[in-house]
Amino acid sequence: MSTTMGPAGRMPASGPTRDRRVADMLSRRRKWFDRVVQALCIAATVIGLVLLASILFTLLWRGVGALGLHVFTRSTLPPGSHGGLLNAIVGSLVQTLAGTAIGTPIGLMVGTYLSEYARNSVLGNAVRFVSDVLLSAPSILIGLFVYTILVEPFGGFSGIAGCVALAIIVVPIVVRTTEDMLRLIPTELREAAVAVGAPKWRVIVLICYRAALDGIATGILLAVARVAGETAPLLFTSLGNLNWSLSLTQPMSSLPVTIYQYAGSAFDDWVDLAWAGALLITFGVLALNIVARVMLRPRS
Amino acid sequence: MSQTMNETEQPPAMATMQARSAETLGAARISIRGVDFFYGSNKALKGIDLDLPERQVTGMIGPSGCGKSTLLRVLNRMFDLYPGQRAVGQVLMDGVNILDPGIDLNQLRSRVGMVFQKPTPFPMTIYENIAFGVKLHERLSKSQMDERVEWSLTRAALWDESKDRLNTSAMGLSGGQQQRLCIARTIAVRPEVILLDEPTSALDPISTLKIEELIDELKEDFTIAIVTHNMQQAARCADQVAFFYLGELVEVGTATQMFTAPREKRTQEYITGRFG
Amino acid sequence: MSDATLPLRPAGSRAASVGDRFFALAATSAGVLVLVLLSAIILSLFVEGLPSFRAFGLNFLIDTDWDPVQEVFGAGVPIFGTVVTAVLALLLAVPLAFGIAFYLTEIAPAWFRRPVGTAIELLAAVPSIIYGMWGFFVIVPIMGDDVQPFLTDWLGDVPWIGFLFQGAPFGTGILTAALVLAVMIIPFIAATMRDVFNTVPPVFKESAYGLGCTTWEVMRSIVVPYTRASVVGGIMLGLGRALGETMAVTFVIGNTNRIPTSLFGPGNTIASIVALEFPESHTGSLKLSSLLALGFILFVISFIVLAISRLLLRPRSA
Repeated sequence: MSTTMGPAGRMPASGPTRDRRVADMLSRRRKWFDRVVQALCIAATVIGLVLLASILFTLLWRGVGALGLHVFTRSTLPPGSHGGLLNAIVGSLVQTLAGTAIGTPIGLMVGTYLSEYARNSVLGNAVRFVSDVLLSAPSILIGLFVYTILVEPFGGFSGIAGCVALAIIVVPIVVRTTEDMLRLIPTELREAAVAVGAPKWRVIVLICYRAALDGIATGILLAVARVAGETAPLLFTSLGNLNWSLSLTQPMSSLPVTIYQYAGSAFDDWVDLAWAGALLITFGVLALNIVARVMLRPRS
Repeated sequence: MSQTMNETEQPPAMATMQARSAETLGAARISIRGVDFFYGSNKALKGIDLDLPERQVTGMIGPSGCGKSTLLRVLNRMFDLYPGQRAVGQVLMDGVNILDPGIDLNQLRSRVGMVFQKPTPFPMTIYENIAFGVKLHERLSKSQMDERVEWSLTRAALWDESKDRLNTSAMGLSGGQQQRLCIARTIAVRPEVILLDEPTSALDPISTLKIEELIDELKEDFTIAIVTHNMQQAARCADQVAFFYLGELVEVGTATQMFTAPREKRTQEYITGRFG
Repeated sequence: MSDATLPLRPAGSRAASVGDRFFALAATSAGVLVLVLLSAIILSLFVEGLPSFRAFGLNFLIDTDWDPVQEVFGAGVPIFGTVVTAVLALLLAVPLAFGIAFYLTEIAPAWFRRPVGTAIELLAAVPSIIYGMWGFFVIVPIMGDDVQPFLTDWLGDVPWIGFLFQGAPFGTGILTAALVLAVMIIPFIAATMRDVFNTVPPVFKESAYGLGCTTWEVMRSIVVPYTRASVVGGIMLGLGRALGETMAVTFVIGNTNRIPTSLFGPGNTIASIVALEFPESHTGSLKLSSLLALGFILFVISFIVLAISRLLLRPRSA
């Protein structure tokens, strides 16, 4: 541990020999640069917030004026005949809820499989990977897929096809939150339950699900919020229906698809209805997100 | 309150102690005067007065939560990173109060270096780890930088083990080597004071011994403050020992005096292991 | 306790083991179902697109014709549009998203982080069709009236790159589509980056501060290198979204099957052409097959991007 030999030994040890002017100059420059970068970051954040404000403001400005009781009481009608969005709203509710109802149990079981049965198995890792890819896969492709398996072979667009397309989108969202939430449950809790002689499936259903309930419910809410605004997958499945129809075997109207059709139209009253619909769907989706966040807060 | 130790309660490492019995502590490099520290409204340090003598090792001991690490983080203003933490009072270095709001924190921290409990190698090569801090404060040519890297690694007793792998990732070093790298990184900036926050608590006994030997060598050039839970370590390394309890500085003295003849009952009880 | 013999097989044990086996089977089947689902999506798009691949061969990938009357279809323009808009969007979005993430992790006062972070996350939750409408009614006029003429004035005559900024300022086009896509993916990338930055142990940041680093130096030299893989993963996730986005693009890209020479020129993407042309295609037609073939191509591109992103983001099997 000798330090007296070689170039190392010649080095003066500490403070006073350091050139203060260089240090001061470097310090000033570094601080100036730091301030510039921080200012740019603040600017970036302001831009982000302005964008959100611009979107919400535009929606309120164009949407509130167009909102009225007729939007909720009348179905879509030809331009100029004072139609509403009733069939679209009901259609969206039906497809969103049915899609969630189909997708949630599957997602729950997949999440359970990943967390409780296959943490490190090859099959489990493959399932987790594929589920993650599906989570971000373009939703238009889900629409095309359901078109090829449910619309083409059965001779027509249908509400069922729309529900299935949304269900496929729900599954990976529920998988992710279910697995994450189940993983948070301490091993001791499971062991304590097993120690009193409960079979594994009862431990999962009665202990783990209950302990992870908040998180799983949050995941389901987020899934509802996500599919409620989906447009692309419905274009090729439930298609949209200008008439009042609750039949799942017929084409079914939905808010996003109606907004898509109306917003690009040349008729002012249709464009107004599109804004009203956009306002409804956006604030619905944002409200669901906020509720989900509030539900999860006590845990984090 | 003062009382001497009786014979059955021999403090650790008596031999080291006796070798130092005649020493005196030098002039203060840092003078802490009446420092209070707050985590929000919770007062964690109460009226601390303490001098860190130049080119000596000050050991800070006391049970968990007594405020010794907090004091260390006052000395380089690390607490500034966290909202709600504040220190009042004076910490004088060359006659300047480093708690003043106008102090250049980056330069202060280049003069008061810190080594943490866990080794913190940066995700870069060994060479870059050392050069990183130097480049912040100095303009060096390639050959000057090479010299500086060799010098600091040598001083940190890591040169022989690392000279053939300077351009490999620092993550590949063992825990003890990583900690010596962190010391090398700190001294490469050539600070005046080095703060060591339980630097060996995550290391095995052999690495611990190496670090302790290193501390003994480093005090030739640097003023050192070390927080430790390990009484033997304090006895082996420190010239001056300060005992903290519940946010107060109970007693400070030379290592010899503190371990052989503590004035305060609480000090005696702590160093003999009755609590803590 | 002393004289009671513990039954080795308690009364409920048979039922319990049947229940266990049934539940395990159900969970495993659900897992396998996910694999089947992905395979089915790939397979169905490929099989349905096969007539088109057979008719046009590999030329389908580069041919720029899309002529339903002559029954000649090529994917060149939509593939070009998809890649160009997505990459441009990424170039616009990444610096902003990084700035937001940096602000949220290191700069913002603590009490401010949660509300701003939540606002950014809410921006990510807005349905894409709303971005499309907002782009069409708000951004397109601004682009047409102000931004595009301004860019033409300033950059239109610059050698080498000037041609990118020439052409009639319609407001729609490749650049506008990229801009709206960028706005859409900024919150995703920013939120991912923020979460990733927050995983850096504070002691590493403290060590860097302890050497005298500024906040930016800590970010650049410690936080970013420490999280590089995940940051790239988050960016790829944003790219994946931009590649497959339908509604936000369809409203503003101009929908023309021609490779534009200018950034202001109209174009299309795979998703936009599928959404627009689909209603006019008949079952069994070569056009429909070509659209599904486009879907297959989009799936392959997105799968690669998303797969890379997942591998970088979640080495989570342990």
